Amino acid sequence: GPPPTPLPLSSTSAGCTGTMASSEEDGGGASEPGEEKEATGKRRRLGLLATVWLTFYNIAMTAGWLVLAIAMVRFYMEKGTHKGLYKSIQKTLKFFQTFALLEIVHCLIGIVPTSVIVAGVQVSSRIFMVWLITHSIKPIQNEESVVLFLVAWTVTEITRYSFYTFSLLDHLPYFIKWARYNFFIILYPVGVVGELLTIYAALPYVKKTGMFSIRLPNKYNVSFDYYYFLLITMASYIPLFPQLYFHMLRQRRKVLHGEVIVEKDD
Amino acid sequence: MKHYEVEILDAKTREKLCFLDKVEPHATIAEIKNLFTKTHPQWYPARQSLRLDPKGKSLKDEDVLQKLPVGTTATLYFRDLGAQISWVTVFLTEYAGPLFIYLLFYFRVPFIYGHKYDFTSSRHTVVHLACICHSFHYVKRLLETLFVHRFSHGTMPLRNIFKNCTYYWGFAAWMAYYINHPLYTPPTYGAQQVKLALAIFVICQLGNFSIHMALRDLRPAGEWPAPGKGGMVVGRLGKGGSHLPLLSCLPGSKTRKIPYPTKNPFTWLFLLVSCPNYTYEVGSWIGFAIMTQCLPVALFSLVGFTQMTIWAKGKHRSYLKEFRDYPPLRMPIIPFLL
Repeated sequence: GPPPTPLPLSSTSAGCTGTMASSEEDGGGASEPGEEKEATGKRRRLGLLATVWLTFYNIAMTAGWLVLAIAMVRFYMEKGTHKGLYKSIQKTLKFFQTFALLEIVHCLIGIVPTSVIVAGVQVSSRIFMVWLITHSIKPIQNEESVVLFLVAWTVTEITRYSFYTFSLLDHLPYFIKWARYNFFIILYPVGVVGELLTIYAALPYVKKTGMFSIRLPNKYNVSFDYYYFLLITMASYIPLFPQLYFHMLRQRRKVLHGEVIVEKDD
Repeated sequence: MKHYEVEILDAKTREKLCFLDKVEPHATIAEIKNLFTKTHPQWYPARQSLRLDPKGKSLKDEDVLQKLPVGTTATLYFRDLGAQISWVTVFLTEYAGPLFIYLLFYFRVPFIYGHKYDFTSSRHTVVHLACICHSFHYVKRLLETLFVHRFSHGTMPLRNIFKNCTYYWGFAAWMAYYINHPLYTPPTYGAQQVKLALAIFVICQLGNFSIHMALRDLRPAGEWPAPGKGGMVVGRLGKGGSHLPLLSCLPGSKTRKIPYPTKNPFTWLFLLVSCPNYTYEVGSWIGFAIMTQCLPVALFSLVGFTQMTIWAKGKHRSYLKEFRDYPPLRMPIIPFLL
């Protein structure tokens, strides 16, 4: 049958988008020394243009998420509350998170060894949270859970993009590699909790307004209920989260401890 | 006559699983699989993959031992393909589902729509027509599975049946829900639209059937490789047949003859396309989508088209690889375009 597309699951930790598949599943943009697909340890050959572009891209993304992190810290230091924080950083967040759609293109044209589907799912889940939840459902923007996943995402992305940058420049400090393969252990569950709580908080507003929904009768004979869609999305975290989490743990063991993992299915 | 010795090792652990001595040189892989089953009855032949190299391709059942690049002691590597189920079983299940499920919605069985609609009938002609078309389509598929298609493989992994049935049954329920809904809206351009769509549907159904018959006639029913003990191969199906069924495609079906147009005008599409059966199938569903003016039907057509295009491209590629003189005008699925 058609490949079952998992419902969007935000990648919220250094591990999820990073360790989720070492060099295979990253939509970011780099080959990673020490994590090659082939056992021979051959480094992926990138053209000069691709290398230059990816380096620029990863530096830009690292900078962008750093700016976000600093803006969030400054806001909290100045205002002492998280209320209004989302509003103050939303333009920057939307810009950089949407820009990450390019990572799908990177996979499509092959300059990044990740599968298009995996990158697509990861980026889509972020786009979903940013545009279809926090942007569209204004009453929940001041929820604490929003700050929770924003912090998780920010730390994750700074670690991930700087990891790629240094890898491309061939000077990867061990602590960045360490961060990337350890932070997720905490950040991933934190991010998931933040996302789920946010979607949960949005439910009453979605039900009341009937937003993004189509009712019968209509001339295309279709209906869509955003409220039930969100319920299903939340439910999909249950099978997806453990799978991704344990995959990342396996990747971590492989990369940091050189364990040889025999996969169940070749 | 010199006999061979065959040792079978696990492809992953290299553990020695079986040692066969006094094997005839002209023994086939199928026969070796049968011998292996005797010592490991849980691995019936259909779930055995034997290869010369642990990471290499599976050997075919009809390969002969002495023709393989092995010494008189042959080492074969075994991989368990997992529980297998026959293609016929899968087809019958995945096609019977939509047939039955659609009718549940058509007759407005209780608990689907509001109670006041239980067992009521739609006042739109097109809804009745759609039921006839949808049911006809799946009855046709069931009959073709039983009497027309020739499968080049007997089995597929068991998990495929769950995947395939979810797809077929799920979409059937989704479409049927809207078409048979009390609030269904008939097509914008009325009877004209329905008539045109019906014509497309009927032509494509006839076309699809004609292609299936033409493909069947390409290869006469050959011998079926002897099923091993516990195998679930259906003996009466002939070997061969290049029909790649929707959603159950196994890669690498061996093509033997180039299909050509016959006297039947529906087969003339072979002049332009390698897999006209898929072309007609997409056409049927487009017709059904226009007839019902139902977005879920259009989405189902799109998904099916995507999958069939992938299969058609694969088939087209293997035709090109196998035949030097393959007609250059042909495209995989859409004339001149795709």
